[in-house]
Amino acid sequence: MKKILIIGATSAIAEATARCYAKEGAMFYLLARNEERLASLASDLKIRGALSVDYSLLDVKERANHEQELLRAKDTLGNIDIALVAHGTLGNQGACEEDPEVALLELETNAFSTIALLTRLANIFEKQSHGTLAVISSVAGDRGRASNYVYGTAKAAVTTFCEGLQARMFKSGVHVLIIKPGLVATPMTEGLSMPAFLVAEPALIAADIFRAIEKKIDVLYTPWFWKYIMIGIIHIPATLFKKANL
Amino acid sequence: MSFSKSIYGWGRYPVIKADVQVPLVQSGVKAAVQNSGQGGMITRGFGRSYGDSSLADYVVEMRHINHLLAFSSKTGRVVCGAGISMADLLEVFVPMGWFLPVTPGTKHITLGGAVASDVHGKNHHISGCFCEYVESIELLVNPDCVLVCSRSTHSDLFHATCGGMGLTGIILSVNLQLKPVSSAFINQKTLKAQNINEALELFETNQGSTYSVAWIDCLATASSLGRSLLMVGEHSSDNILVGSSKHSLSMPVDMPSSLLNRFSIQLFNTLYYNRITKKEVKNRVHYEPFFYPLDGLQDWNRLYGKNGFTQYQFVIPKEAGQVGMTKILKEIAASGKGSFLAVLKVFGKQNDNLLSFPLAGYTLALDFKIEKGLFPLLDRLDAMVLDYGGRIYLTKDVRMSEQTFKQSYPHWQQFQTIREQYGVKGVFASYQSRRLGLDT
Repeated sequence: MKKILIIGATSAIAEATARCYAKEGAMFYLLARNEERLASLASDLKIRGALSVDYSLLDVKERANHEQELLRAKDTLGNIDIALVAHGTLGNQGACEEDPEVALLELETNAFSTIALLTRLANIFEKQSHGTLAVISSVAGDRGRASNYVYGTAKAAVTTFCEGLQARMFKSGVHVLIIKPGLVATPMTEGLSMPAFLVAEPALIAADIFRAIEKKIDVLYTPWFWKYIMIGIIHIPATLFKKANL
Repeated sequence: MSFSKSIYGWGRYPVIKADVQVPLVQSGVKAAVQNSGQGGMITRGFGRSYGDSSLADYVVEMRHINHLLAFSSKTGRVVCGAGISMADLLEVFVPMGWFLPVTPGTKHITLGGAVASDVHGKNHHISGCFCEYVESIELLVNPDCVLVCSRSTHSDLFHATCGGMGLTGIILSVNLQLKPVSSAFINQKTLKAQNINEALELFETNQGSTYSVAWIDCLATASSLGRSLLMVGEHSSDNILVGSSKHSLSMPVDMPSSLLNRFSIQLFNTLYYNRITKKEVKNRVHYEPFFYPLDGLQDWNRLYGKNGFTQYQFVIPKEAGQVGMTKILKEIAASGKGSFLAVLKVFGKQNDNLLSFPLAGYTLALDFKIEKGLFPLLDRLDAMVLDYGGRIYLTKDVRMSEQTFKQSYPHWQQFQTIREQYGVKGVFASYQSRRLGLDT
């Protein structure tokens, strides 16, 4: 039976991933901002087979609370087999361009808080000498694009940080999984106009994450074809790329 | 969260611009209702009703109110957020030995939608509509008032809401009785009928089967008029409770609608009818292909081209019988407009829900792509259906007239009285309810 900590537990991808593990009778500790949704998610996961579900409120921007909440999670679960870091916001790129404070707030939510949490989690996992740190980054971090480069900057930071973490934690037998979803149909992306044939359901992403954790994969592009799309995008020369409307 | 976007029903006609609210919790639903303004609003799930039932300028999308809230493994009673899909329920509960008591031909609908449409399935002749198995619902009638409705409390509102097309408030949660099964498989028997008379006789002789439905070739004429394949089924008892079968194909683009014409459809129908060469074939199939053959082709609605399509589903009373069905089929066959996979079924008794569609008799459902000359044909069919004392399914409808509706749904005035009593008339309204004269 797996013991799982999820940060940003009410995000659509996190919920779908939790459902995969609930079926197997996992024990959960959930952290998120929305208490009402956390409470109903807890009953949902129990009915789907979870052995236990505990939760606590955490706004990841309140960095002062990180240590206490992670300790409480560790005390409740004992060892942590999997920590899924899934919180995030898709900020308004236009607003980020207008106001540097808005841009920095985006970085706070999507990068600094993640780095702070992972720093603490890495130390916990290093002591345990086992487990998986699964972190949701994004294909948006692979190359900056005009349409969402602030979000992309945050995700690039998370990816690079995790690459380093991968090398460090390898020595203590801890698996670090970098997850790079493409376009996913979630409440976060509801307002975007996305080409329908590229958009995946959270359940599909979750199944990929589940498999990648089992197989101890290092970097997961999900769905799989994003790996090839991003290879293409990365290799477009800057002189052309800056003219493309992406 | 709220967004302005283009929305449409499963028929992809009409397409409208709407202010879409996407609440993640019950209090978010209340806030969405609070902010709705004066124009009226409607709820929406997966957008699987065909026409304009889930269209309004202000829409509350319920898909994320999708948590399981309570379940008893002893009784099979489940309480869940109204936005949960039947697909999700099946995935969780089939492995535990529970099945949906009633399911329509797609599992990609929300439970709230199933209540609002009082959906029916292949077991209607024995089990009735979906709402027979709904013990209670939580219904938001205004932001300060959520009522628990059942057959014993607020029963008037319960019977108005079951089949009430979302016009009585927002269904927040559903308390549903599941059905015990010991297998994920169905023992299926396919029977061949050479014409409509034979098909109706086969329904008669197989009325003891739990599930029955016929695929009917609406373009066949003369002595083959109404040739059909009747499929009947029973839950297997082999104790294999494997969940869902995965990976479906999808239709990535709109098919040019000119590819769908009487010749291509006639060819398809002939091939389909003749895939069974014997009078009777028995096999064992997973519940997915048995109940949801079309879910295997994602976005199959794009087959009908970019102008969209509509599904015409009517029921005529048993007394109208063979004669009525023959007359209507002749009219359809003569028009040359028709579809693959028209579906024929015998309904059992009607229930007490005010706007529920089924009544004891025969129902036929067929798809038509939206094109010139279609609506006049459907108006002619409406007149025939009404003559026989039948009616049209609101969940599929996109064009019936106010008179047709009011003549064929005799409880509509009672429905309106209850809406007025609870102060929801005009607050919850759709393009359809306006078209049918239920709202202004």
